[in-house]
Amino acid sequence: MTSDVVVVGGGIVGAACAKAFLKQGLSVTIVERDLIGGGATAAGMGHIVVMDDSEAQFALTKRSIELWDELVATMPDEVEYERSGTLWVAANERELRAVEPKLEYYLERGVEAELLDGRQLYEAEPGLKPGMAGGFLVPGDAVIYAPCAAAWLNRGARVIRAEVAEVDDGEVLLSSGERLSCQSLIVATGAWATELFSRLPVKPRKGHLAITDRYPGAVRHQLIELGYLKSAHGNSTESVAFNVQPRKTGQLLIGSSRQFGVEHSRVEPHMISKMLARAVEYIPALADMSVIRTWTGFRAATPDKLPIVGLCPGYERTWLATGHEGLGITTSMGTAELLVDLIQGRAGVLQADDFGAERFPHCRV
Amino acid sequence: MPRIKINGVLIKVAENTSVAAAVMNADLASRVSVSMEPRGPLCGMGICFECRVTVNGVRHERGCLLKVVEGMQVSTDAV
Repeated sequence: MTSDVVVVGGGIVGAACAKAFLKQGLSVTIVERDLIGGGATAAGMGHIVVMDDSEAQFALTKRSIELWDELVATMPDEVEYERSGTLWVAANERELRAVEPKLEYYLERGVEAELLDGRQLYEAEPGLKPGMAGGFLVPGDAVIYAPCAAAWLNRGARVIRAEVAEVDDGEVLLSSGERLSCQSLIVATGAWATELFSRLPVKPRKGHLAITDRYPGAVRHQLIELGYLKSAHGNSTESVAFNVQPRKTGQLLIGSSRQFGVEHSRVEPHMISKMLARAVEYIPALADMSVIRTWTGFRAATPDKLPIVGLCPGYERTWLATGHEGLGITTSMGTAELLVDLIQGRAGVLQADDFGAERFPHCRV
Repeated sequence: MPRIKINGVLIKVAENTSVAAAVMNADLASRVSVSMEPRGPLCGMGICFECRVTVNGVRHERGCLLKVVEGMQVSTDAV
């Protein structure tokens, strides 16, 4: 046997699994074909955020943040953890009224949150364009530099740089012809999950990001327009939403865009233009700042916006951990805990049925 | 000879001097890095971005690509 656990994919999800299983005293091998944390993990914003699209999503993100919080004290500097909070911006009264019910929802479920009126909004974030109605502040949300977080979470695991040709029950065949066997095999290959399991309903959803030079203090919280929920939760072919994040370096990370059906990773000028124009509508000072780099990445999108975590149908020792869409940095933690609980056969905080592949009828064997 | 201010101090600089050279002649670093190290010009042709300074209130200007102009205000305080 190669090790107790083999994880295919060294992104944030695979890395979180590695850490969780190492903590159980098991040996872990990670198989990564490129770089640890080099795919969607490196492309994304590194936002740790509570989301409430569904009860299951809320439970998963909330639990994941609790698990991240437990790790903060042990994180090295390069993880750049910062509890910047998320400030959802209501551009008008209609958006503000629509967000009001969230307050009770969050508080009832034990997540700190605050409704801001117009005056409080500008106290919190003076750089916003005048005339916005208010906001919804979630102070426990945070930001990390995810590729370094992935490298850190992997410490103690053996890393093999190789491509997986085939997956079997508790066994993988590498392109080199070598076989690795284990007690539990975890496949955490993000948007590329269908290369190994063609029936999984995971589709790559392209995103663009831009980062500015250093402008410390220009933005204080992770700022997102409430319209983001339409972009993230809708299924339209192409959308952008205002989403700006202050980095510890003083740089601003500007997003976000979502596209289905584009499989090349090239930066598309029309998407960058739309995204930046949207950002300037909220933070006018951005118009005079310099963007130093733009790039793209692929989220692993599922039809119900929930990841696929659980036993791979038809197998007893091969487990899936994919489909985390734009929330993988956050939900990697809950995913890892859920897998440990499932594999060790005990009930945990999360409802396993919400995340199993069996919820998609064509995945059943 | 144009007169410019670097961090509020008035100095005279030879015609056609680049801002990066003026800053070096004043024995100053252009800026500090994320880890608070002093940084200065490396490539001298606008590629490396190491010589960024604030010029007339505009941050992150590349000193090597600008020539001094009478009355120019240069600051090396920005991070």
